[in-house]
Amino acid sequence: MATNSMTTEAKKQIIDVGDGAAIPRKSDRGLFTAWRIAFFGAIGTLTYLAYTKPDPYLNILKFVPDGIMVTFQVTLGAIVLAIVLGLITGLGRISKNRLFNGAASLYVEIIRGIPLLVQIFYIYYALGRIVKVPAILSAIIAMAVCYGAYMGEVVRAGIESIAKGQREAALSLGMNGRQTMIHVILPQAVKVILPPVGNEFIALLKDSSLVSIIAVADLLRRGREFASESFTYFETYTVIALIYLIITLFFSKIIGVMEERVSVNK
Amino acid sequence: MVEATEIIKIYGSFRALDRVSLDIYDGEKVVIIGPSGSGKSTLLRSINRLEEIDRGTILVDGMDLYDPKTDITKVREEVGMVFQSFNLFPHKTVLENLTLAQTVVRKRSKRDAEERAMVLLEKVGLVAKAKAYPANLSGGQQQRVAIARSLAMDPKLMLFDEPTSALDPEMIGEVLDVMKDLAKDGMTMAVVTHEMGFAREVADRVIFMDAGRIVEEGTPEHFFTAPNHERAKLFLSQIL
Repeated sequence: MATNSMTTEAKKQIIDVGDGAAIPRKSDRGLFTAWRIAFFGAIGTLTYLAYTKPDPYLNILKFVPDGIMVTFQVTLGAIVLAIVLGLITGLGRISKNRLFNGAASLYVEIIRGIPLLVQIFYIYYALGRIVKVPAILSAIIAMAVCYGAYMGEVVRAGIESIAKGQREAALSLGMNGRQTMIHVILPQAVKVILPPVGNEFIALLKDSSLVSIIAVADLLRRGREFASESFTYFETYTVIALIYLIITLFFSKIIGVMEERVSVNK
Repeated sequence: MVEATEIIKIYGSFRALDRVSLDIYDGEKVVIIGPSGSGKSTLLRSINRLEEIDRGTILVDGMDLYDPKTDITKVREEVGMVFQSFNLFPHKTVLENLTLAQTVVRKRSKRDAEERAMVLLEKVGLVAKAKAYPANLSGGQQQRVAIARSLAMDPKLMLFDEPTSALDPEMIGEVLDVMKDLAKDGMTMAVVTHEMGFAREVADRVIFMDAGRIVEEGTPEHFFTAPNHERAKLFLSQIL
């Protein structure tokens, strides 16, 4: 199954754009204004609610910041690990070494076939059988293992998008495969890979809310804790949703700016 | 320098090279011509093993390309190659294009590599472009940089795969001039080209290929005035 899907996908050069928030670009006026309305609208709404109805809104806002920190920790930890895993997996997927290639392909196939929520449960309890790890570490590993597989496909597509002539030119100068990859292919692939990695980051940020089910006190979990004590479910989830929205919009903006920088400086 | 014996290359059911044998002597300039699909590029690319052959042997400077004990990168260090599409590294400046393999493969110091690079840029007339990126150069300039990049490795043999085919007509001359200078310096060269003027002027030997075989071989004098083979006569009448 793994080899089969590989040959069909090898022809496809397009890098999948995940379900990350739309990243605004200067050229895209519509999205740009939509981003502004959403971002400042969310901040405005939160401020208004906290000001006019401190109970419960201000109380919620005071209660969840540790959760935001945990959400960031999980997201950052997972994205760094996922990029490393993705690089290894992507190189494995294009490797001529059958063992390396087979292992990478198998990993991708398995991970893509299991829902993230199930993976988080599974890795949490599987790890728990072998070693005692804090829930947050287990959450980071679970997210990274999942996103590493998707990242691997992004890396592979990025490498394959570099023209064959680049590799041939490097080889004809006497470079070996490793030198060619390090000095010629990867530096060019990074520019192709960066936008989809940005999208993966945003998607991961949102998906990190799933880790609240395994005793990780992230933003969503802190919200749930507050709501179950005060019975203000609607109000709490309103605040949680707005905070997620503000964070993702903020990061998608930053990533958009970074991308523009990269495409200007060649 | 090159001893290719009875090489066969098959794509599916198509014989791109059909028992081709070719020797190139030290200092010799061999120009390979023929209609497209005749196997001339495949032959050239097999000489540094960018193309795998299915049968036959190729020796380059005494090293057997298909002996498992041969380190292919060692062979490629000695064999420069210039491509139709230049293939400069777009993320590196002209100077870095010339120094990369020198430092990574030849293990030269950055200073030595840059010194060598500047000498070669001088030779191809592009010293002023050392800090430029390939995207800011014309096609002719890019190809001259590509030639300099290969020469920076101090190769014993240079392969040219249709080096002027992707160029605008007004830029062909500047690239051919660089190649002619190189020929005068005594470089061993194998050139696949459609530039008959270049073949006539520079070649010690012209090889005409058709359908994966060498069908005519001789001095430019002989080839352009009195070819033996019908296919070669037809080809010449079409292009001249």
